[in-house]
Amino acid sequence: MITIERLTKRYGRATVVSDFSVDIADGESIALWGPNGAGKTTVVRCILGLVRYEGTIIIGGLDARTHGKAVRRAMGYVPQELSFYDEMTVFDLLDYSAALRDIPTERVSEVADVVNVGEHLHKKVRELSGGLKQRLGIAAALLPDPPILLLDEPTSNLDAKSRDAAIELLQGLRDEGRTLVVTSHHVEEMAMLVDRVVAMERGEITTICDPSDVAEVLGLRAWLHLVLSNGSAPRALDVLSASGFTAKLNGRGVLVEVSAQDKGEAVAALQRAGVSIKDLEVWR
Amino acid sequence: MTATHIEATSERIETTLVGVVAAKEIRDARRSKWFWMWTAAFAALAAVMASVALPGSQVAGYGSFGKTAASLVALAQIIIPLMGLTLGAYSIAGQRENGALRFLMSHPISRSEVFLGTYVGLAVALAGTVFGGFGIAGLITVAQGGGANATSFVRIAVLSWLLAISMLGFGMLISTFARRANTALGVAIFLWLGLAFLGDLGVMGTSVATNIPTWGLLASAVMNPVEAFRLASLTAFSGSLDVLGPAGRYAVDALGDSLGWWLFAIAAAWAVIPVTIALARFSRGSDV
Repeated sequence: MITIERLTKRYGRATVVSDFSVDIADGESIALWGPNGAGKTTVVRCILGLVRYEGTIIIGGLDARTHGKAVRRAMGYVPQELSFYDEMTVFDLLDYSAALRDIPTERVSEVADVVNVGEHLHKKVRELSGGLKQRLGIAAALLPDPPILLLDEPTSNLDAKSRDAAIELLQGLRDEGRTLVVTSHHVEEMAMLVDRVVAMERGEITTICDPSDVAEVLGLRAWLHLVLSNGSAPRALDVLSASGFTAKLNGRGVLVEVSAQDKGEAVAALQRAGVSIKDLEVWR
Repeated sequence: MTATHIEATSERIETTLVGVVAAKEIRDARRSKWFWMWTAAFAALAAVMASVALPGSQVAGYGSFGKTAASLVALAQIIIPLMGLTLGAYSIAGQRENGALRFLMSHPISRSEVFLGTYVGLAVALAGTVFGGFGIAGLITVAQGGGANATSFVRIAVLSWLLAISMLGFGMLISTFARRANTALGVAIFLWLGLAFLGDLGVMGTSVATNIPTWGLLASAVMNPVEAFRLASLTAFSGSLDVLGPAGRYAVDALGDSLGWWLFAIAAAWAVIPVTIALARFSRGSDV
């Protein structure tokens, strides 16, 4: 269990996290959601004791400020990107992480196999793709088989295929009963992975809700990029404007702003008017 | 799998963890082209100096190793501070900048253990460079028929390593302040200029421009760790401090045979002071 009470972090005169309080139960997975600069990563850094903070963080009954080593022993941390130790091999990096936790070297191969990096053990870190680096980060975090995992934007640098694989892996870790704290700005991923979403903006909690309610509660908006048949874009623009949407021309198609939880309305309006849609894409 | 209760463990410094970080620093140094460049440059220059120091040398009163050592002191007081300062300056700041420090400190390891491990690892790596350079110079000296005054030669090698770790400590102190590696390196080079060149000129200028007592001149000289190393080294193979003029003669008169040990102790103190301040600052818990 993680209890955070009145957490505040200031850098000089700038307050990046303000009066942040949340209780996270054993085995619960939560997402810290918000735009860049919302303070999500700073909260994770406070939990790890990487930065000084005001307020209290209690993990498993221990104050993280005074028992930093003990609480970090129970946590695995996956950074946003493994952009360091480039010249080390995958094996050496995992072995170093294991040595820092007093874990025998044999565990390295076990964990590497769990996250499917076993065949890359002798490659240098710089030779790995973004997806493999992410898996390597997860492997390092899993070495001590920790009850708590902190993941900082675990899918931000991944392509769609790698993202799906990472989500599947994280779902498996969640189902093993681990407590997960994930920072993310992808609503769909959170719906698949977490029990609760803590939405943040400018360092403050704006709401705590079920992941399926995030879009509605926060009034999230998205842009639909609709690719249309030749010459039908001006007509589509007229139809969408008449239906109350904000839309603009974009090449052969139109961009239309929609509610994040009701994207089909714009498509339906165009279909009713007989405008044929060749393709569509969601932009956030 | 629950974390309802985490067992409290000791937060004391664990030497095993210091050793793990130190071993990685040594491995990294072995793989670093910069480190090998420094080592090769120092060894090559030491070899050249050893080769030219003996044949035809007119340095009166020194044993054969003493002649080589005199040359190496001049080399060491320029190269070693630059080496130690830049390695130290890059250590913490470089890791902070590329995110490695955050990853490292997400493990159950304290700031003190990270700092000490880094310091010990780099100090060992520097020992390889310094003793390697002196070793090569010593072998060349013996091969050319020299062999006297070997004790002083070894003592100067040890003093050079003390200078190296002193500068490493200063570099790491800079590194604890700097957010960026380039900033730390820039400050380190300014400090090197100050210590290796301006410090000596300052002492000379002060002695000319003021009437400070001779003991004051001696004290102001050893306030500069590079100067303290030079004086300790000169004393090691010549037994005198004529280079300091009246202040040197005062030191010999006042301290007699113990002068060399006093200067050695001051050089050793300079090896400890900066790293202690840097450790205290880093361990206090600034953000990483």
